[in-house]
Amino acid sequence: MKILLIDDSKTMRNIQKGILTQMGHSPIEEAVDGLDAMSKVGSFCPELILVDWNMPNMDGLTFVKQYRAKGHRTPIIMVTTEAEKSRVIEAIKAGVNNYVVKPFTPDILSQRIEETLARVAQAA
Amino acid sequence: MDPSTIVPFIKSTKNLFETMLQMPVEMGEPSIKPASAPSFDVSGIIGFAGDYEGSVVLSFPAATAVRVASVFTGADVATGSDDLTDAVGELVNMIAGGAKAQFSGRKISISCPSVVVGENHVVHGRKDFACVQIPCVCDCGEFAIELAIRPARAPAPAAAAPAVANA
Repeated sequence: MKILLIDDSKTMRNIQKGILTQMGHSPIEEAVDGLDAMSKVGSFCPELILVDWNMPNMDGLTFVKQYRAKGHRTPIIMVTTEAEKSRVIEAIKAGVNNYVVKPFTPDILSQRIEETLARVAQAA
Repeated sequence: MDPSTIVPFIKSTKNLFETMLQMPVEMGEPSIKPASAPSFDVSGIIGFAGDYEGSVVLSFPAATAVRVASVFTGADVATGSDDLTDAVGELVNMIAGGAKAQFSGRKISISCPSVVVGENHVVHGRKDFACVQIPCVCDCGEFAIELAIRPARAPAPAAAAPAVANA
């Protein structure tokens, strides 16, 4: 499965990439912020997107809004330190399919990914 | 500083280390840090704005920073490398974010992290803010959390990291 990881922290991208690789997912493309991601979605055509919220240049929420405004329906999981209920609701309203709060364990991330993909498959 | 301001950072730090490094952290007694006192060698800094304002610093001796970053990333991290500063920045980001979520009902924004590397550097927060230092120790060594945070008294400016100087 083609997965796009969007996070300004290389460390966090590497941690997530390790978990995704262990789950058997590839290829994995990386973007350092929302702007970088917008420039890559056209050619990469991801089947799942994991996006951080707080990033320079273009934050994750803005990316989600712009991406959804273009009509893309690819499932998106927000992986962020923003844990307040109001923020989760804001992200869901913007078009996020699932939410993971940092810090997370590999099990939590894997579980949310599987849950998201199962929901999307069921809805299709 | 009100203990209710300190506790969220203690809880968040413990949760971070236990969740992502599988490592418990022991916290010592918080104390006031003199304004000119240097931090350790590698410091991650995040600014708070909104209903609470100020900054949080996560500071490590160089050797501890390397060990913590290596456990965190699951790979060998070199002293002075971009990987080291990136890892420390992400750690302080998660501590700040985890603490922020515990100030329920408060509107708070946090800045992107900055990381300072160098012996005897001093992080200068706002002069009218007391800085509380919380000594910490984990299997990788000692480190400290420095908090200069309080409820906002006036309309808050945008979150910004404080100035840094060499001691």
